[in-house]
Amino acid sequence: MSANAALIKEFETLLGKENVLTSETDLHSYSYDAAVLDSKTPALVLRPTNSEALGKAVALCNENELKITVRGAGTNLSGGTIPHPGGVVILTNALNKILEINEQDLYARVQPGVVTAQFAAEVASRGLFYPPDPGSQAVSTLGGNVAENAGGLRGLKYGVTKDYVMGVDFFDVDGQLVKSGSRTVKCVTGYNLTGLMVASEGTLGVFESITLKLIPPVPAAKSMMAVFPSMNAAADTVAAIIAAKIVPATLELMDNFTIRTVENFRKAGLPVDAEALLLIEVDGHPAQVAEEAEKVEAICKANKATSVTVAQDAAQRDKVWQARRDALPALAKLRPTCVLEDATVPRSKIPAMIDALGAISKKYDLTIGTFGHAGDGNLHPTILTDKRDTHEWERVEKAIDEIFEKALGLGGTLSGEHGIGMAKSKYLAKETSKATLEYSRKMKSVLDPKGILNPGKIIGW
Amino acid sequence: MAEIKKLVTMLKELDDQLVNCMKCGMCQAVCPIFKRTGREADVTRGKLALVEGLAGEILKDADGVNEALNRCLLCGTCQANCPSGVQVVDIFLKARAIMTGYFGLSPAKKLIFRRLLAHPGLFNLLTGMASKFQGMFIKPADQIIGSSCARFNAPVVGDRHFKGLAQKPLRKIVSSLDEPAGKSGLRVAFFPGCVVDKMYPDVGTASLKALRHHGVGVFLPSGQACCGIPALSSGDRATFESLVRQNLAKFRAGQFDYLLTPCATCTSTIKELWPTMYKGADADVQALKELAEKTMDISQFLVDVIGVDVQAASSKAPKVTYHDPCHLKNSLGVTAQPRKVLKANPAYQFVEMAEAGVCCGCGGSFNINHYEMSKAIGTRKAENVIASGADVAATSCPACMMQLTDMLSRQGKGVRVKHVIECYAEMISSAD
Repeated sequence: MSANAALIKEFETLLGKENVLTSETDLHSYSYDAAVLDSKTPALVLRPTNSEALGKAVALCNENELKITVRGAGTNLSGGTIPHPGGVVILTNALNKILEINEQDLYARVQPGVVTAQFAAEVASRGLFYPPDPGSQAVSTLGGNVAENAGGLRGLKYGVTKDYVMGVDFFDVDGQLVKSGSRTVKCVTGYNLTGLMVASEGTLGVFESITLKLIPPVPAAKSMMAVFPSMNAAADTVAAIIAAKIVPATLELMDNFTIRTVENFRKAGLPVDAEALLLIEVDGHPAQVAEEAEKVEAICKANKATSVTVAQDAAQRDKVWQARRDALPALAKLRPTCVLEDATVPRSKIPAMIDALGAISKKYDLTIGTFGHAGDGNLHPTILTDKRDTHEWERVEKAIDEIFEKALGLGGTLSGEHGIGMAKSKYLAKETSKATLEYSRKMKSVLDPKGILNPGKIIGW
Repeated sequence: MAEIKKLVTMLKELDDQLVNCMKCGMCQAVCPIFKRTGREADVTRGKLALVEGLAGEILKDADGVNEALNRCLLCGTCQANCPSGVQVVDIFLKARAIMTGYFGLSPAKKLIFRRLLAHPGLFNLLTGMASKFQGMFIKPADQIIGSSCARFNAPVVGDRHFKGLAQKPLRKIVSSLDEPAGKSGLRVAFFPGCVVDKMYPDVGTASLKALRHHGVGVFLPSGQACCGIPALSSGDRATFESLVRQNLAKFRAGQFDYLLTPCATCTSTIKELWPTMYKGADADVQALKELAEKTMDISQFLVDVIGVDVQAASSKAPKVTYHDPCHLKNSLGVTAQPRKVLKANPAYQFVEMAEAGVCCGCGGSFNINHYEMSKAIGTRKAENVIASGADVAATSCPACMMQLTDMLSRQGKGVRVKHVIECYAEMISSAD
């Protein structure tokens, strides 16, 4: 059933007229997200401004069998926020209050529409630290981060979003508030519904509020850039650093193509002949940082690094990270369409995966730049193409299939941090099992009997 | 509909530029309009998707797309921060021109642009007459700031607090100049711009005073026309081209090392839009390119060419803060020089305000069409100025000065609005 005039009136009474969007232009502007997938126009866009209205709107959608896609900033890279055609988009960006920052018990409670970077800054201003830092943090929302289990550059040492979610309160399809988790460090009350909600991509409930763990800030950090003549040498270095029982906060990798592209873009003096670059940051107590930085430098050199530059001040540190921040923008400027994947492999398999990407790029005659989080095996092979070139696009699709096949073959996973969404649901059983898919579908069918919650995502149709 | 087909065909020409947007959504972090409304159709990614949708015939509501396109300050912040390097301002200006070609120009704009702006003599005559009679219609709002507001409910003016038209415009104070190079060995052409001429002649005289002080000869041809941005941003390319042509004729007649303006908007228009948006004879386009290379903001000239440097200020001196005009910061990357010029006068202490680089919300005709939004953005700016503790809010764009005057006058804290060059020229003795 689609949204008729009487129902629209009902939503307007509930949410206020200005929070029910029905114009063609408004609907079209919520038909896509950041994934390179076809857009799908919703019939209605709702923007609740308080949680009570959110719960009622969900219930009203369920009564009328309207399919819901909850959307924060729409930065999703796997199509998780592309709506069901003719469905409803529920925007969370008016639910953007930080409800509590508890400095004694080190947690915070937020509404789902709070922007990640703004939250992190507010937490920092209270002398605390919220580590997850997805690339889109300047705009992405915490609700979206939890729904996708977003990662970031600090994943290796500090973990990803799931490691900071202590609880999620959410509405079920009937608009009833389900509470999960707690404000305590330990909690084994009932099923781990919090865990179920993380990475559920809006298919099992609609988030009302989230409780997040905070940690003390890190007093010191040191960054360095190491240059390698081969990808193998860089990968050996990664393994050797971990084997030496050092866990850097960040351990990033760039391949030769990405290095050259970034250098062309910024002219910051990057070594264009290098086959690989590692950008490393160790952090912690100043004495520990000094010791670990020295050890890491020695390990890099012992593993054939041709040079290691340790940042001496904030400006040099920023230069190291600017190179990493430039990777995507620099690559994105080369061709009109930029497909950013997040195939992830055990870190020992990085050279094998890089080799495979080289072979795939050759086989399908495509340009692929690779950078990513070497420390946790989360790579971002970035295919540069033009979606309008149908022949090339066919090759891109085949290449993507092969990238995931390879990642799974190496004992890896389909997604390190972008989620499954619509883009990768077809591969799901391949990584898990037929039984996993069936179990998931059974669970979904009970919790959401009318199938209104973000249909088509993760487990397919 | 045959006509909409034509619109679609024209919009398709933008395809190669539109396709560069990867829909990452990072523009949401910096767009002043999106910050207020949270609506995707108000942020760049959404607008680009709408234009794409119309061009791809997925959308039919050309009116709605046109309206969305016009809900933009053209501040260029998104472009300056776009990871994919999408040429947003260029796309929006072209799309607006296409839309205006389709919908036609509103009767009011037609009158203003084609009958008035395109004829500088008539424009000057009318604003000159208006400056004499404005006392009948406006009353003073803030004595310190020198702002006014309307006595009656007048359209356009609304409840704005504005600086009235100058009793004596710059062109009446200095009609033209053709000086040789002074002790600096330099000769510059001076383009004051409409707002300086008609509302802020003091900015013009301060500029000339500073140039004279540094021994710079000035070429100021009379009868200069508007730089064309109001017409261009409303999609009226014909008027834009006519204005560029008139100005080119004036400046072609002189020899000079630089073309200076005290207006951020004029500077970026001359530098970036004259050579790219003008579609005339090749020789003209070449001449515009050469002119653009010589064009500079006046603070940039004082710092980069003349070498004006920072002076130590007394701790008792009044405080001045700086608002970055979008057209200097986002389009041309000029941010350090105006601050240095402010610090060059020891009679002021410089204080940095929060969010100095965020748009003031003026956006030219945006202020007229979307005043409430413009006011919301501007109020935040005024609050930041006040929080900095500044006695003077300085900037490098007379349009920003108008907006800051309106917003600060409403706050009633007595913060004055000045152009950077006015602050600088205050330390030059009048005998100079």
